[in-house]
Amino acid sequence: MKTKNIIIFSIISSFFLVSLVSIWKILVTLQGIKLENFNFQIIFLLGFLVSLAHVIIGNKLNYILKLIIFSLIFIFIDGYLIQSMPIWYNIGVFLILYFFINKIKKFNNKILEEEHSTQIIIFDFLTLFGIVLFSFVILFPFYMMVVTSFKTQIALLVNPLDFSINFAQGFKDLFKSYFVIFKSYKFGKYILTSTIVSLGTVFITLVFAIPAAYAIARLNFFGKTFLSTSILIIYMFPAIVLVIPLYTVFSQLGLRNSIEGLLIVYTATTLPVAIYMLQGYFKSIPKELEEAAILDKLSWFGIITKIIIPLSIPAISSVALYVFMIAWNEFLFSLMFLDNPNSFTLSRAIQYLSGDAETPRQYLMAGSVIVTLPVLFIFVYFEKYLVSGLTAGSVKG
Amino acid sequence: MNDTLAKTEKRTAYVLTLPAVFLVFAIVLFPIFANVWISFKEVELKDIRIPEPRAKKIVKSISGETTKIKILYKLRNSSLLQEIRDVTFQDKYPKNFQPKDLDKRCEFKKNKLNCKFGNWPAKYRENFEVIFETKDGSNVSKNEIKSIKPKLKGKSDNILLNTKFTLKNFKKVLFENEFIDLLLTTFYYTFFGTVGSIVFGILTAQMVNQKFFGRTFMRSVLLFPYVAPVVALAYTWELLLDPNSGTLNSLLINYQIIETPINLLGQKYIVVNILGFDFKLRLALTTVIIFEIWRYFPLAFLFILARLQAIPKELYEAADVDGASPFQKFFKITLPQITAVISILFMIRFIWNFNKFEDVFLLTGGASGTRTLPINVYQQGFAISDIGTGSAVSIVIVILLLLFMFFYFKLLGKRVDEN
Repeated sequence: MKTKNIIIFSIISSFFLVSLVSIWKILVTLQGIKLENFNFQIIFLLGFLVSLAHVIIGNKLNYILKLIIFSLIFIFIDGYLIQSMPIWYNIGVFLILYFFINKIKKFNNKILEEEHSTQIIIFDFLTLFGIVLFSFVILFPFYMMVVTSFKTQIALLVNPLDFSINFAQGFKDLFKSYFVIFKSYKFGKYILTSTIVSLGTVFITLVFAIPAAYAIARLNFFGKTFLSTSILIIYMFPAIVLVIPLYTVFSQLGLRNSIEGLLIVYTATTLPVAIYMLQGYFKSIPKELEEAAILDKLSWFGIITKIIIPLSIPAISSVALYVFMIAWNEFLFSLMFLDNPNSFTLSRAIQYLSGDAETPRQYLMAGSVIVTLPVLFIFVYFEKYLVSGLTAGSVKG
Repeated sequence: MNDTLAKTEKRTAYVLTLPAVFLVFAIVLFPIFANVWISFKEVELKDIRIPEPRAKKIVKSISGETTKIKILYKLRNSSLLQEIRDVTFQDKYPKNFQPKDLDKRCEFKKNKLNCKFGNWPAKYRENFEVIFETKDGSNVSKNEIKSIKPKLKGKSDNILLNTKFTLKNFKKVLFENEFIDLLLTTFYYTFFGTVGSIVFGILTAQMVNQKFFGRTFMRSVLLFPYVAPVVALAYTWELLLDPNSGTLNSLLINYQIIETPINLLGQKYIVVNILGFDFKLRLALTTVIIFEIWRYFPLAFLFILARLQAIPKELYEAADVDGASPFQKFFKITLPQITAVISILFMIRFIWNFNKFEDVFLLTGGASGTRTLPINVYQQGFAISDIGTGSAVSIVIVILLLLFMFFYFKLLGKRVDEN
């Protein structure tokens, strides 16, 4: 029983090690280093032996000593004997092994004798494996986006695998794509348009949504339940279905190619979520405060501005951030309604840029970085607010 | 007393909600009905501009006669396709003006010239001239005349508002454009995208629910694809998957896993050999679905994680006492606890994926077997500029969605009854 567990443990942990080393090797390849073989078998075998030795030696050897010996043997075989690699590659491998041995530290003789130990091992390593894999799969495209924007067309064509950034070339050359898209493609203007549209949407949405949400949360009136359920149903309705009628009406009213047109559509499409999120929060505010205010003869306007808004700043800011992100990211309506480059938003401008096959891709990626950065920044910085908003309303998309 | 209070409350409520309700109805609900209307009409993109009567006013002085002036109006019908009926014209002049040899169609009253031009066919053009002289013999000031603009009115058929209906559009949608293929593609895209994102959502939520170093960071990272703009992500993926110098193909060739690059976004089918059998896989569609899963699993992750964190710890402690294995705990405790969330997620994601336009449009533009219904709306309405057919496709989408929702709630209602 115990031998079986030890073997299973060694196999699974070495699978994990192989995946770690493979990801490291992919990243190394992308620095322009010639590396054509993963050497799965050898790494697997080494990982297996390390795990096995770890369990067998147990506590007989000092932990740090064990760590260093294992890592050095591994690096010697992998990085020196099989393929001669630069020193930083080996440092990376050393860190991976350090991490790996740290992880398998808790699996000693005792745990391997326990009931369900195979399942625990599988579960633990699946989790670890998942974390590593998912981080890689998710971050890789973002990494590509940033790195490509710093390269030149020729360098990318000569060696599509060389993504090393040459910091020695100086600030101007490094950020060349960014300078170009601001100078020749008027990205400054697009950023301005996008900002105006997004902030405008946030403002108008809040102005409309706060009173409506207050009424739904607090007042009794005919059609209230109908209204609050229809809000959610409207939210589910597809944007693509709205496109043709809105296009025809907007063309006849002359609202196409105008910021006003976009503002109207964005506000209308974000209002349902905003109202839904806000009314939930308003309901949680104690009623007694308003009752006191009514006794003081405050009008509804006074109640909203003097009591409700100051008390629900967190909810309002979460709705605001969230509406901002929807408006900033929106693409479908800006594609349909804008065809004059003077009124483009950022997303539309990037799409327009890509329509020209001659546009070097580093420009495209520089544009993508510009449109992505504000959103990611807002998201990371205000994550707490946003996550609660996301689960309450869930970003449309 | 109470009655009046209730009344004011009601009135306040209507005042507060009306602006929002009006806006949402105008922009969201009205178009859905308008779609029904348009889908029964034969309308093209160029028809939707309303024809207008237009006039360009040119003021010409007559040499030698300072008390007289010639005003030329260049009249035209703005539309190349439609006629304008009962065109009326009005212009204002300084008080001391009097017309000479007035056109029969016009009359002059109280400094105003009113004309009835009758019907203008499409492309109609006319140069209309009036000569004025001052009553009191004073000189004419040109600028004063120029500053006033003539007003023209006319009736035209707004092609959208007439009552000519046709079933042509629906015929086109249902019988001409490989409708079954379209439906199947849309269904594959929606179904596998939804299921995939939920499966990955469960896996990642289970992962992040464990304690480990950098867990909050991991949670933000997992949400990146969901919050980043779709334009940026789609083009990055396109670069990544490019057959000529894309990173993925270069990597695979470098490691000798494949010999020739695969055009992941531009190839309709790929033959996959599994256990000696050849399967035809929809390659571009699969890639688009993978992108969709990659981009939308964070939503499922977030919902499921929130639910997982609300599961009482005692359940797991009791299971530990009973000696349950991790897998038993997952299947017997975790999974039943999250089924409600999963079924809601399934509905939301199914509906949204069904209507997803941007992702496919940006990645493939609907080429190589990735034409879904929303893409078809765009292609019919704007690429072929046949707005009527585009609307008909939208109607098909709405009907299918309503059907889906109907069955979904019926099934769900049954399940609730059983419990």
